[in-house]
Amino acid sequence: MTVADLTIAFPEFVLALSAMALLMFGVFAKRNADGSLILYLSAGILAVLGVSEIVSFSGWRMAFNGLFVVDAFASFAKSVVLLGSASTLLLAREYLMRHKLMSYEFPVLILLATLGMLIMVSAGDLMTLYMGVELQSLALYVVASFRRDSKRSTEAGLKYFVLGAISSGLLLYGASLIYGYTGTTRFSGISAVIYADGVSMGLTFGLVFLCAGLAFKISAAPFHMWTPDVYDGAPMPVTAFLATAPKAAAGALFARVLFDGFGEAVETWRQILVFVSIASMFLGAIAAIGQTNIKRLVAYSSIGHMGFALVGLAAGSEPGAQALLIYLAIYVTMNVGVFAFLNCVERGGRPATKISDLSGLASTHPNIAVCMAALFLSLAGVPPLVGFFGKYFVFVAAVEAGLIWLAIAGAIASVIGAFYYLRVVKVMYFDAATDALDVRLPLSHRLALGGAAAIMSFAWLPFINGFGLVEAAEAAAAALLG
Amino acid sequence: MAHILSFVTFWPLVGAIPMIFLMRGDGPDERINAKRLALFITTTTFLASIVVINGFDPADTGFQFVEEREWLGVLAYRMGVDGVSVLFVMLTTFLMPLVILASWKVEHRVREYMASFLILETLMIGVFCSLDLILFYLFFEGGLIPMFLIIGIWGGKERVKAAFFFFLYTLLGSVLMLIAMIAMYWDAGTTSIPDLLNHQFRYETIELLGWQVIGGAQTLMWLAFFASFAVKMPMWPVHTWLPKAHVEAPTAGSVVLAAILLKMGGYGFLRFSLPMFPVASEILSGFVFTLSVVAIIYTSLVALMQEDMKKLIAYSSVAHMGFVTMGIFAANQQGVDGAIFQMISHGFISGALFLCVGVIYDRMHTRQIADYGGLVNRMPIYALVFMLFTMGNVGLPGTSGFVGEFLTLAGVFQVNTWVAFFAATGVILSAAYALWLYRRVVFGELVNESLRAIADMDRREKAVFAPLIAGTLILGVYPNLILDLMGPSVTALVQGYETALAEAARVADVVVAQK
Repeated sequence: MTVADLTIAFPEFVLALSAMALLMFGVFAKRNADGSLILYLSAGILAVLGVSEIVSFSGWRMAFNGLFVVDAFASFAKSVVLLGSASTLLLAREYLMRHKLMSYEFPVLILLATLGMLIMVSAGDLMTLYMGVELQSLALYVVASFRRDSKRSTEAGLKYFVLGAISSGLLLYGASLIYGYTGTTRFSGISAVIYADGVSMGLTFGLVFLCAGLAFKISAAPFHMWTPDVYDGAPMPVTAFLATAPKAAAGALFARVLFDGFGEAVETWRQILVFVSIASMFLGAIAAIGQTNIKRLVAYSSIGHMGFALVGLAAGSEPGAQALLIYLAIYVTMNVGVFAFLNCVERGGRPATKISDLSGLASTHPNIAVCMAALFLSLAGVPPLVGFFGKYFVFVAAVEAGLIWLAIAGAIASVIGAFYYLRVVKVMYFDAATDALDVRLPLSHRLALGGAAAIMSFAWLPFINGFGLVEAAEAAAAALLG
Repeated sequence: MAHILSFVTFWPLVGAIPMIFLMRGDGPDERINAKRLALFITTTTFLASIVVINGFDPADTGFQFVEEREWLGVLAYRMGVDGVSVLFVMLTTFLMPLVILASWKVEHRVREYMASFLILETLMIGVFCSLDLILFYLFFEGGLIPMFLIIGIWGGKERVKAAFFFFLYTLLGSVLMLIAMIAMYWDAGTTSIPDLLNHQFRYETIELLGWQVIGGAQTLMWLAFFASFAVKMPMWPVHTWLPKAHVEAPTAGSVVLAAILLKMGGYGFLRFSLPMFPVASEILSGFVFTLSVVAIIYTSLVALMQEDMKKLIAYSSVAHMGFVTMGIFAANQQGVDGAIFQMISHGFISGALFLCVGVIYDRMHTRQIADYGGLVNRMPIYALVFMLFTMGNVGLPGTSGFVGEFLTLAGVFQVNTWVAFFAATGVILSAAYALWLYRRVVFGELVNESLRAIADMDRREKAVFAPLIAGTLILGVYPNLILDLMGPSVTALVQGYETALAEAARVADVVVAQK
């Protein structure tokens, strides 16, 4: 390890050190009883690092003998992850304060989870991959059961932990098979072996197990079972966190492994991804129809969205990777907006989690309802809202890769899925207002909700041009495949 | 002046934003302000569109007022109009102020109501102006959102069901079109409509899942586009969403739906199906003729049996759209001219008929034909206006309805006599249902006691109808007003179509000769 390695992994080191420092500070500084200061500091660090990932990027670099890679792809994914974490963390405070859950451990755990995600997207080796995944997952298991006195929250944490451990096992088993058949854990080395010798049966087995483990992490069907229960049981800000940054990180990691390590074996993993993406899109669309709980709805929605994102990956091409990144960035933004609202709605002192709780929101809180409608229609992928462009780029990549029928399946799934998003809009706009829904949004939440809704409604306009997202994702995808 | 089309398109949206976010409260003052602002915005949009038509050169068959700029990486923001689309832009901007004026009595969530209509106007104009596939799709689909809200919030009893039916039905039709658009982009390497008009898509027979697809890729793409436009149009048998949506929508929503939104399907056929997939259009024209004739006869018969006035007019719309599809796929000058003319004329007439229903619905709150009768005794002016548009719907010479029906029949007669024969029976049937409706509502004894106090049209209502009456009559006696505008563009379209078919036939001959 040299100093040069440290400068390459600078954001990771900053995060690791500040997590430890803030933990110490939290333990010893008695005055800071409610942990707000630590939360603000953590969010600030995340945001600064996220912005610096966007503005200061300096080419492809490798550290620790190739265990750790920094390129435009990692940089793009990291900025999404960091900004997503920062905003969900900031938006968590109000909920934590209201429900007396605010303590300094929460922001520190989020910092550690984010650190795991950064390591994931920069992984250049199966070992780094596993380290990142585990660091992220362990922190998430704890925050999922953050509400210790609630049965449902602890149940969520336990479920997440048990199933997560199984998936880690799958992942490790796959990694060991891959190591056994290629003699290396380095992505570049695996790629070279496949280039020279082709894909052996054992390697295919390893690849399947690896994909299964990763599919679990991004909650793609048929490895999605934990998602609705964990989303439902965890406190709302934790659900918000689970639905944003970890999804982006796991999606990017998936692309990283498959393109960097198995770029020569596209035909082999494409079949897996086509199956997983179709299963997720349809499961997400159909299973969400019967939901009455908004957290479960969001859970199925995120399963469906991951299916769409994986269509881009299934294309196995540069436009596919680009589409995946665009999709993830848009998806994270939409969810931040949605949770800015959900974190603050209550009914009789308890978080409002029924969809019917929102009825008549348009007449009681018209501005908030407009923003929420824009976000939900964007999640449904109705043009001209930006969510449509996520689906558009994914479908283009699929068609270009010759997977027209996959694009058709996706289009049909998106129509089925549109139904339940519309139902939320219907509840807000067409139904009569019920009493006692307590909507008190602090300024920061209003800004996040309004900002996300404005981006989804107007970022496609020609003079805004999507804030250069398409071009940035293109550069990132080129770095990954180049 | 360079950005006049963008201005016309986005100006209503600019008006809608302050209406949603800046105006507060729901008192009488706020309501009237929202209405006035909406009227101001739509009127200025109409004035701006007059600048467009004034500067439009009919002799130029290409696209005019073209704007182009980079958009989201691989796409491009392209706007422009030709002789066909400029008419639809005018139709939209002309009708919107009237629609706003007709909604003056709305008192429920006025700001959102007006904002929905303004956003809808932006999206509708955008459909007719966009010269990029994806931009077109954006506007085409985007229109569903405000219409969904209009039906769902301000509609009748079954509004929620109707709104969902409308949304999901049309969305399903359109996503297939999106996939076809992506396939076109993949094949041609561009999403620019002017470039795609010059691109020849492959039409060699291909085999798909054991089926021989004659016309190959063109047929598949044609069918995908057809799925979307046929639903939008709507054609039999995918018209079932329309009567529901019409019956439940508020009056202004019905007017916009019938007068403008339905025309997007016809416009799509003219812009995409016919010029871009000529071989497939030729192969499938018989299919379209069959559906059109069934639509004309079947839905006319269904209209005869309706008890609800709006439903009756909705079914009559489906029948009239049958003439349009028939004319378009006759693919000759008269047929296409007639189809476009019929669409514009139907915009006036069906819009006005829904407004006529709205006038008495506002007073009596019922749409059942049986609840009326003898209105001529109490509402002479209304009876006159309603008669004029009933005659227009029948296609009486002197009204614009006649010109469209006659031209489409003349066009299709050259292609297929039997189709023309059966379609002509629709003219008789339309007289039957329209006149019978008129008799039951307006003539006869004034039986219903509550009708004794009904008031005739007031000044505002007369002001709404006056431009529509003028339009129907002027186009009826002097159709060249718009035929001259679109003539060269239609000629170019028809010629391009015939050239492409001749080329395809020549290639086929060469292949046969080589064998």
